[in-house]
Amino acid sequence: MTPVRDGRPGPGSGFSQVREGLRAYRLISAMWIRSLMAYRVSFAMTALGNFAVTAFDFVAILLMFSQVDRLGGYSLAEIAFLYGASCAAFGLADLALGSMDRLGRRVRDGTLDTLLVRPAPVLAQVAADRFGLHRIGRLAQGALVLAYALVVLDIDWTPLKVLMVPLMLVCGAGIFAAVFVGGAAFQFVAQDAAEVQNAFTYGGTTLLQYPPTVFAKDLVRGVTFVLPLAFVNWLPALYVLGRPYPLDLPTWVAFTPPLVAAALLALAGVVWRTGLRSYRSTGS
Amino acid sequence: MLVRAGRFRLYAAVTEGSFRRYATYRMATAAGVFTNTVFGLILAYTYLALWDERPGLGGYDQSQALTYVWLGQALLTVMALMGGGFEGELIERIRTGDIAVDLYRPADLQLWWLAADMGRAAFQLVGRGIVPMVFGALVFDLTLPPDALGWLAFLVAAVLGVVVSFAIRFLVALSAFWLMDGAGVTQVAMLAGTFFSGMLLPLNVFPGALGEFARALPWSALLQMPADVFLGERSGTALLRTYAFQIGWAAALLTAGRLLQAVATRRVVVQGG
Repeated sequence: MTPVRDGRPGPGSGFSQVREGLRAYRLISAMWIRSLMAYRVSFAMTALGNFAVTAFDFVAILLMFSQVDRLGGYSLAEIAFLYGASCAAFGLADLALGSMDRLGRRVRDGTLDTLLVRPAPVLAQVAADRFGLHRIGRLAQGALVLAYALVVLDIDWTPLKVLMVPLMLVCGAGIFAAVFVGGAAFQFVAQDAAEVQNAFTYGGTTLLQYPPTVFAKDLVRGVTFVLPLAFVNWLPALYVLGRPYPLDLPTWVAFTPPLVAAALLALAGVVWRTGLRSYRSTGS
Repeated sequence: MLVRAGRFRLYAAVTEGSFRRYATYRMATAAGVFTNTVFGLILAYTYLALWDERPGLGGYDQSQALTYVWLGQALLTVMALMGGGFEGELIERIRTGDIAVDLYRPADLQLWWLAADMGRAAFQLVGRGIVPMVFGALVFDLTLPPDALGWLAFLVAAVLGVVVSFAIRFLVALSAFWLMDGAGVTQVAMLAGTFFSGMLLPLNVFPGALGEFARALPWSALLQMPADVFLGERSGTALLRTYAFQIGWAAALLTAGRLLQAVATRRVVVQGG
């Protein structure tokens, strides 16, 4: 006997829903890229601006190192490694989901309703909405600093350490993506509070640019066990650098970012569904 | 005389209206306070690490450096260092042509927007400045002005800073008369504002000639100078010199804005004809 479905997706259709979502995301973002490319000069300028804005964070670090040789016991090259990893991972997530902070506005002015009636997953539509390819500037800046760090750092490379670098970027992007989705879900409740999201996204990436030795133990505990941002770059990067982990964590935690990212993304999915279900249109 | 009093009442009403307008965004303000506090916390620890390594860097002790961080968070939106002021609205009015209506009003364009921006800044100081500062003072050992006179001296420097900030952004907005799209200029102005105001790092930590250059530019009047007054680094004649620097840049930039406005206004007539 076939069980009666109550309209909710079963395990099989869950997979097809993801595929459908990715398809919608690809189509919508491709449309926005085409529209963006209609004004190439404008695109180049905004991408460059994005690059420059981000680069200022690193300029601040360079200015600091014009006065000191070490910060929190770390050299410039080591901090560049942390910075590049955090910034590139965040850049990936920002490129893919950076438009999600517009959700609050859509809830306020009622335009979210248009997305609800379209035959494509809402999350994919919101994420791809006004897909900003110019955000590639941030990613490029992070990648550049990371490349610089990899060149100047003196590391005893092992296959495991080499593998850790791309793994760190992908899992880090996944963790930040979960934060983006969770933050957007929060905007169903607090429509006017997009800036709270900035505290966790931009604030998170700023925090991770510096070594954990800089921060108070409680803050490090918070970003390890509560909002596990430490898994974006701190733990895997400190393994590569051969540095002690914060909070005396065991060696194997450096390999857990894939699990943490997967768990966080699943959690973000649940939070998103809950938020979407609580949505009441403005009716205007 | 009577006319002048009427004018003053008009601009006072604009300031008050603008204050109220920003005060209605309660949730956004609370969200902003949260974000400023988180960033203040992160930056405070990086400054601590820096001053651990180099005590007395830039002439600040550790407590002064921490205070500088929280002042930066408190003044970030007051000085509209990352945008969010009136300029977006003015650019939009220029782009759509609504500016023609504004020019027919019996009020001065520059003074009108200055009045509105003062109201915005006053709200941001109260709404977004106080709470992060109090949080910072509870968590860290901050250097606060010793007496009422010290607070007053800071307030004057902050108000002058807002005027300089306005004057810069007014020029930025007027560029829309020629460029129509203000995005590029706004972004460049924002970059310059963050870098040269001392938001990234106190300007007295900048090395050598770069530091001297940065301290001579108008943006130093937005954060570095009010902060130095707050930290008690400028008293007596140094305080007067600070004010003179701020007033000098304000006067120069406001005059430039006035001249540009005159040229731009003539363009509106040509376009609308």
